[in-house]
Amino acid sequence: MSFFAALFDPSMPFVRNAFMASLLSSLLFGVLGSVVTVKRIAGLAGSISHAVLGGIGLALFLDARNIIPGLPPIVGALVFAILAAALIGVVSLKAKQREDTVINAIWAIGMSIGIIFIAKTPGYADPMSYLFGNILLVTSGDLYMLAALDVIVVILAWRFYPQIEASAFDEEFAKTRGVKTDVVFLVLLAITAVSVVLLQTFVGIVMVIAMLTLPTGIAGYFAKNLRGMMLLSTIFSFVFSFVGLSLSWQLDLPSGAVVVLVAGVAFLAVSGAKIKHRA
Amino acid sequence: MNHNVAIRFTDVGFSHREAVVLEHASFHVHAGEFVTLVGPNGAGKTTILRLIMGLANPAYGSIEVFGAIPRSVIMEIGYVPQYMNYDQAFPISVEEVIRMGMLRGAGRDNMKVPVSEIEAALGKVGIADLVNRPYAALSGGQRRRVLVARALAGNPRLLILDEPTANMDKGSEQMLFSVLGELKGKATIMMATHDTGFVSALSDVVLCVGEREGEEHGIVRHASIPADHVSPNAHAEPLIRVLHDTELPDNACCCDDGFSGKAPAADAGAAGSAKGGQQ
Repeated sequence: MSFFAALFDPSMPFVRNAFMASLLSSLLFGVLGSVVTVKRIAGLAGSISHAVLGGIGLALFLDARNIIPGLPPIVGALVFAILAAALIGVVSLKAKQREDTVINAIWAIGMSIGIIFIAKTPGYADPMSYLFGNILLVTSGDLYMLAALDVIVVILAWRFYPQIEASAFDEEFAKTRGVKTDVVFLVLLAITAVSVVLLQTFVGIVMVIAMLTLPTGIAGYFAKNLRGMMLLSTIFSFVFSFVGLSLSWQLDLPSGAVVVLVAGVAFLAVSGAKIKHRA
Repeated sequence: MNHNVAIRFTDVGFSHREAVVLEHASFHVHAGEFVTLVGPNGAGKTTILRLIMGLANPAYGSIEVFGAIPRSVIMEIGYVPQYMNYDQAFPISVEEVIRMGMLRGAGRDNMKVPVSEIEAALGKVGIADLVNRPYAALSGGQRRRVLVARALAGNPRLLILDEPTANMDKGSEQMLFSVLGELKGKATIMMATHDTGFVSALSDVVLCVGEREGEEHGIVRHASIPADHVSPNAHAEPLIRVLHDTELPDNACCCDDGFSGKAPAADAGAAGSAKGGQQ
């Protein structure tokens, strides 16, 4: 059965859910990814997304050992993401010179905690499904949460566009215009943390950061301003997600990996063409 | 004359980590004056400017700008930074950079300003035709002009320029000083430069940082004389020579004899308080 046929097959609601997830997450990848890219905090977002595995592992362990029965992995992921974002935020504002070390430490410690707890969880828990995601497992609840986050992110991006743009372009000047750049940064980190938790259900922990940066990277070649970058990268994200999803369905390959591969190849192709054009 | 004081430093000290930058520094300048802040690289000029804008806080002493703490009057200040940690890939047009100068705190009214006003702001520095160009596509000199226009776009009472002629071609430099000449008297202007020998003839006050032996972290006021021997064709604007051996008391501006700090060439040596002599 082709992907299109499956999309309209009433007996396969999970395919429609996957399609809706790719649509909704594209908006997050586009809008948030653009801000993360121009603010140059992709490394921070990467660290938060990898630290999430610690929370997932802990939640699985606590549930399986009946310490906190029924604890969903997403709750553990959210707690770890917020903790990682708070720690990175404080270090970045108070001890900038230590930022790199702390980012890498949180990245590694989070993943190690996750692997250890998953190893000690009774029964079978596959870390790969969390690292690389499985969009076909997205539930209606996930979709509602993604939609709510989309609305929040779009409203914030519209309302505070001048403050976001100014603090990313020239933070010191933004301060002289009365912009609370630290607040902009901390809210951005918090939104990134929550988004990463929801987005990892689609493409997985490892791939989130790729989808936050690759479509934006391509959009950056064509966009005239941050607004244009957000719009273009949202479109690119959706195209890559849709093409990746269709291919993974046809070829029976892991969807998250295929989506990111499509985005990565497109980024390299466009970058190569641009470099050749300039030469 | 207190009501007329634009900036007053009283016994200010500031250290950056372990390094002492300012020690017991005191000076004041009046509203409408053109102040040139002179000192070698690393002497602390940018720190002084950041203190005036409330971007850094003194370890001791007090700083007043228009009779208030710096942060409370930040909107009255226009700032041209020395350099920006600018990302070439940041998609932004010249128009949007100018709008940034009209930003006020968390507001977004700057987005509604008609393009004609943006062009008028750019017209002051002779580049109204660049309004739609990407900022990244401009030359170094054009970018400096845009940053000057951005600072002027907020109609500042105090204009702060940190090494504004860095990367500027002679034409841009001439344009800058023509704009500053028109602004002189209407706003207080403070310009930092590492050129310690000669400064713009627009200067009413010359403040030197890190020059007096034994008191490297103080700020002293020096006399100046017309630099008649300097060929007018060799520089973008008329210059005056700073008399580093002629220190003026901080109240030189308020003396009954009306002494302004600009000494006549013949008796320059006797004009000041002659406390210096170490240079």
